[in-house]
Amino acid sequence: MRITNVVSRTSLACAVALAAFAAAPAALAKGTLVYCSEGSPEGFQPQFFSTGTTFDAVSVPMFNRLVQFDTGTTDVVPALATSWTVSPDSKAYTFKLRKGVKFHSNAQFRPTRDMNADDVVFSWSRMADDANPFHRMTAGQTFAYFDDMGMKNIVDKVEKVDDYTVRYTLKRAEAPFLADMAMDFASILSKEYFDAMQKKGTPNAADVFPIGTGPFEFVSYQKDATIRYKAFDAYWGGRPKIDNLVFSITRDATTRYAKLKTGECHVMAFPKPADLAEMQKDPAIDVLRKEGLNIGYIAFNVEKKPFDQKLVRQALNMAVDKEAILKAVYQGQGQVAKNPIPPILWSYNDAIKDYPYDPAKAKAMLAQAGYPNGFETELWYLPVTRPYNPDGKRMAELVQADWEKIGVKAKLITYEWAEYRKRSKTGEQSAMMFGWSGDNGDPDNFFVPLLGCEAVKGGGNVARWCDKRFEDLVVKAAQTPDKAARAKLYGEAQVIFKEEAPWITIAHSVRFDPIRREVRGYKMDATAHHYFTHVDIVK
Amino acid sequence: MLRFALRRLALVVPTFIGVTLIAFALIHFIPGDPVENLSGERGMDPARRARLLHEFGLDRPLPVQYADYVGHVLRGDLGASLTTHQPVLDEFLALFPATLELAFFAMVFAVVLGLPAGMLAAQKRNTLADYAVMGASLAGYSMPIFWWALLLILTFSVQLGWTPVSGRIAVEYDVPVVTGFMLVDTLRAGDFAAFRSAVSHLVLPAIVLGTIPLAVIARMTRSSMLEVLREDYIRAARAKGLSVMAVTIVHALRNALIPVITVIGLQVGLLLSGAILTETIFSWPGIGNWLIHGVQSRDYPVVQGGILLVAALVIGVNLVVDLLYGIVNPRIRHG
Repeated sequence: MRITNVVSRTSLACAVALAAFAAAPAALAKGTLVYCSEGSPEGFQPQFFSTGTTFDAVSVPMFNRLVQFDTGTTDVVPALATSWTVSPDSKAYTFKLRKGVKFHSNAQFRPTRDMNADDVVFSWSRMADDANPFHRMTAGQTFAYFDDMGMKNIVDKVEKVDDYTVRYTLKRAEAPFLADMAMDFASILSKEYFDAMQKKGTPNAADVFPIGTGPFEFVSYQKDATIRYKAFDAYWGGRPKIDNLVFSITRDATTRYAKLKTGECHVMAFPKPADLAEMQKDPAIDVLRKEGLNIGYIAFNVEKKPFDQKLVRQALNMAVDKEAILKAVYQGQGQVAKNPIPPILWSYNDAIKDYPYDPAKAKAMLAQAGYPNGFETELWYLPVTRPYNPDGKRMAELVQADWEKIGVKAKLITYEWAEYRKRSKTGEQSAMMFGWSGDNGDPDNFFVPLLGCEAVKGGGNVARWCDKRFEDLVVKAAQTPDKAARAKLYGEAQVIFKEEAPWITIAHSVRFDPIRREVRGYKMDATAHHYFTHVDIVK
Repeated sequence: MLRFALRRLALVVPTFIGVTLIAFALIHFIPGDPVENLSGERGMDPARRARLLHEFGLDRPLPVQYADYVGHVLRGDLGASLTTHQPVLDEFLALFPATLELAFFAMVFAVVLGLPAGMLAAQKRNTLADYAVMGASLAGYSMPIFWWALLLILTFSVQLGWTPVSGRIAVEYDVPVVTGFMLVDTLRAGDFAAFRSAVSHLVLPAIVLGTIPLAVIARMTRSSMLEVLREDYIRAARAKGLSVMAVTIVHALRNALIPVITVIGLQVGLLLSGAILTETIFSWPGIGNWLIHGVQSRDYPVVQGGILLVAALVIGVNLVVDLLYGIVNPRIRHG
């Protein structure tokens, strides 16, 4: 036998082995929907974590809240509570609970009763009450969202009125409270399950193997690979149409797209903006779009010269050609922003006129402010792609060129993402790019964390702008129960914001969810969650 | 022999200290911290930030944190992940079989193709076959892993539909995890369709991860063979009238293999580092994927523990090899 024969035999053997195994992937079982998610959940407990990835995998499929957002909108509708009343002083919310709501079961636990007021009180007290035996079980564990939303300062107590009635008493009138109750952290847990696990001596198990009331039951999790759920037959909202839901964890966006193309998944999370054009041409794929509940902006640090002058901030606003940015950075997929909240959010003040793009006038205003020859400054730009800003660097270059025209020389600076955020909270920045995606559809969720005086301390208000008139309006709005009256107050706050110009509001981006054509009934969510309760697959 | 073994073992101590120090320093020198990572665009109340830093033990001076870390490591405690709160060792052990399985098949691919290719190139020196093998191996060696993986996915998965895009097994197979090795677990479950699916999922990642070792082994085999083929005993064997096959396999290859095996051993470390990229692209749930995410989320215990465990494995393998050399070749013991 010659050596060439050995080589060709080896190659042949490899080819045969490859052909034997490398067949096209088997067709997915009917009734199974595969969602290519962008990452692994941090855990399977809806109260501990604060990332969208975890919410999608935990609170969305497996849990419910007292109220929920109607999918696709930010309207609050009944869920585990069928109705609610608010006391005249707006400080007490009384919820009537839905009867006949079943909890899931697993190998360790089989519920003996339906969801009731005990579960609601327990779910809250676990987060709020340091003395609750389940309050702190693991080092480093936090109730991230509960803490971040300052719920301890808002809610005084939660009481059981009767088996199907619960009352939340607030420390102050807080109109966004109802929207807060629709957020993931307010998911309702089974008290009976936690008690049973504690009795067994494994209290942590209740946080690891989730039991909820949601449309899907937990089946299994293979770390960093797949999460499996099955339809919950006794779901109070009606059994989902699909039998199985599988999250195929695929961190790379290009790989997710390849899997969507080959049919290895039906819905994919977070497409790369660069892939969208090609996706839209694919006959097997529908690219759904939704106006984003977000804002991308440049904030001026009003504590630093020359941005402490309103005239300077207004001039720099006027110097920026936002339409050009929208075209070059957002590829036209979005809209120019004039307010700090997007137009899909109620209380958006459409009467406000944006600063026109007028470099000549901007230059004159700078001269009036004492900078006839402009000045030098720094512009921090985002080091990463964010939903509200696909390309921070490109945006920075365009803004730099615009400002140059009126004599303002901006040095472009960036840091690694975590470092960027850390430094922004110290007030080191002069002008910086930032943004926000809303998470509960209440205008308060934009105004307070981004522009409120308290948020200067917490670091979320990167302009460090604390305006008493604005603050009074948003605080009053939060304490006003009537929606129309609130909208009016927020409308006035937006006028002050525009006049004072602590930001250049750049754009509201559009979100995309690519799905395969055989998927029916999928609706994009306003708060960027992924819901599969009413989805079906048609071959 | 005992003195030799003790000397080698003593060397492990400074290596271990070096590894823990480097892993600790590197992750702490990356800007940002795990608490910052929790807050996102939302600000964080300074009091809560301080509380979390305290709970994670990050408010203490670095040398204290390091000493504390080493103390725990010596007691076998690698800490818990700051994101999942699960013990680092448990997470590592759950994911490591996936990496090992991938690395093993990548190595099989590299050796099965690399050895014959190198032999062919040596035998056919300065012919078209030689140039083809050497050219291909140079290309393979210089190929950016990310690009190579995407190219294979687009060709074989998207265009031809021969292989799945990513993952370890098709989602319709929910095979109970017993050993963590998917091929073994599917066979244990007696599910041949699942086994077949697992193999088809291994093909592309194993090729991608095995490409560089394949190139190295082919080149090493060629040069080592060329050297051996010039030896007098080969000429003698030929003069005896032995077939080319007998001369190549029995006389030349066996002697040429010694440096090749050393090179194969060195590739193990390379496979583990290559796995980081390969696993990310192919959504392969192994330690590479896990470590990358640990770095991104500044999960200090995961990164420190992961690096330490991988390093311990490499150190362990090297130690065993060193001791084996000592047994096989007494001259090394006294060297």
